[in-house]
Amino acid sequence: MVLNKTKTLYDCQSGEVVQIKSLQVEGTMRRRLLDLGFVPGACVKVLQRSPMGDPVAYRVSHTTIALRQEESSRIWVEEIGGDQG
Amino acid sequence: MTSYRVALAGNPNTGKSTLFNTLTGLKQHTGNWPGKTVIRAEGTYVHNNQEYTLVDLPGTYSLYANSADEEVARDYIVFEKPDVTVVVMDATAMERNLNLALQVMEMTDRVILCINLMDEAEKKGMTIHDRKLADRLGVPVVKISARNKQGIDQLLDAIERMAEGKITTRPYRVTYSEDLEQKIREIEPDVRKIVGDQYPARWIALRLLDGDYSLLKTLQDQLLNQRGKGVETGELSVSCHT
Repeated sequence: MVLNKTKTLYDCQSGEVVQIKSLQVEGTMRRRLLDLGFVPGACVKVLQRSPMGDPVAYRVSHTTIALRQEESSRIWVEEIGGDQG
Repeated sequence: MTSYRVALAGNPNTGKSTLFNTLTGLKQHTGNWPGKTVIRAEGTYVHNNQEYTLVDLPGTYSLYANSADEEVARDYIVFEKPDVTVVVMDATAMERNLNLALQVMEMTDRVILCINLMDEAEKKGMTIHDRKLADRLGVPVVKISARNKQGIDQLLDAIERMAEGKITTRPYRVTYSEDLEQKIREIEPDVRKIVGDQYPARWIALRLLDGDYSLLKTLQDQLLNQRGKGVETGELSVSCHT
């Protein structure tokens, strides 16, 4: 049952603030993402897309980190608000 | 008079190198870690007539050896066993920085948490309850601002007391899921039989459960080097579940 619409981090627009629900990534990349602060429950703000749309810069636990689509499309999030812009 | 060895660990951009330069001044030299293209900076300083050798470990977010940097930092803390490991943390991003701090605390008892960039935190209206943190985590916590040279004396005193064995710590250890804890209980005694008390058995057990083959390799080399012979290399491989 889906209460709030879930989507992947890659689907989010600039300015959106979302909460991470789950990571569909395994192995060292999962470890790496967790170390960087992409943990379930964490809030992520979408900062901006690079000119070609990939990678995208995110703000997570006071640091800016850019992720490729390869990773961001495997991170499931839920909308919690944000300013559009 | 022997020199105490102190390692500086920490996330990137926490002012680790600023602290390193503040403490060692010009008494430092750089090179590479053996076999790695990772800068190794080492320096010395004297505090209360005692010499200390300070090693600036590469800045990392973690110590699971995902990269050469992390491997260097991890191996130094576990296998070279410095007298004190100082984890330099960014006061404005404690949550992120505690990840590394907790990892170091699983690897050694001789940890001091050094919360740097206190000036930045104060500017942002943040307060760090250092006493509470030290109490909860069971290790000394010192607040500094390396840039403004604040808190340096307190840090040096804490390092001195720990190096001389005058501080007993009881680092907070993460308790994992019952499943995992059960597995740790199963293999930790075997690990302890092989490595003795010289290396952190619980931490090694955890790494083995995670299928960390690079650690296994390093561990085998270390043990072989020490004993020359007599260590069954197969013995360790058996306990590595993925």
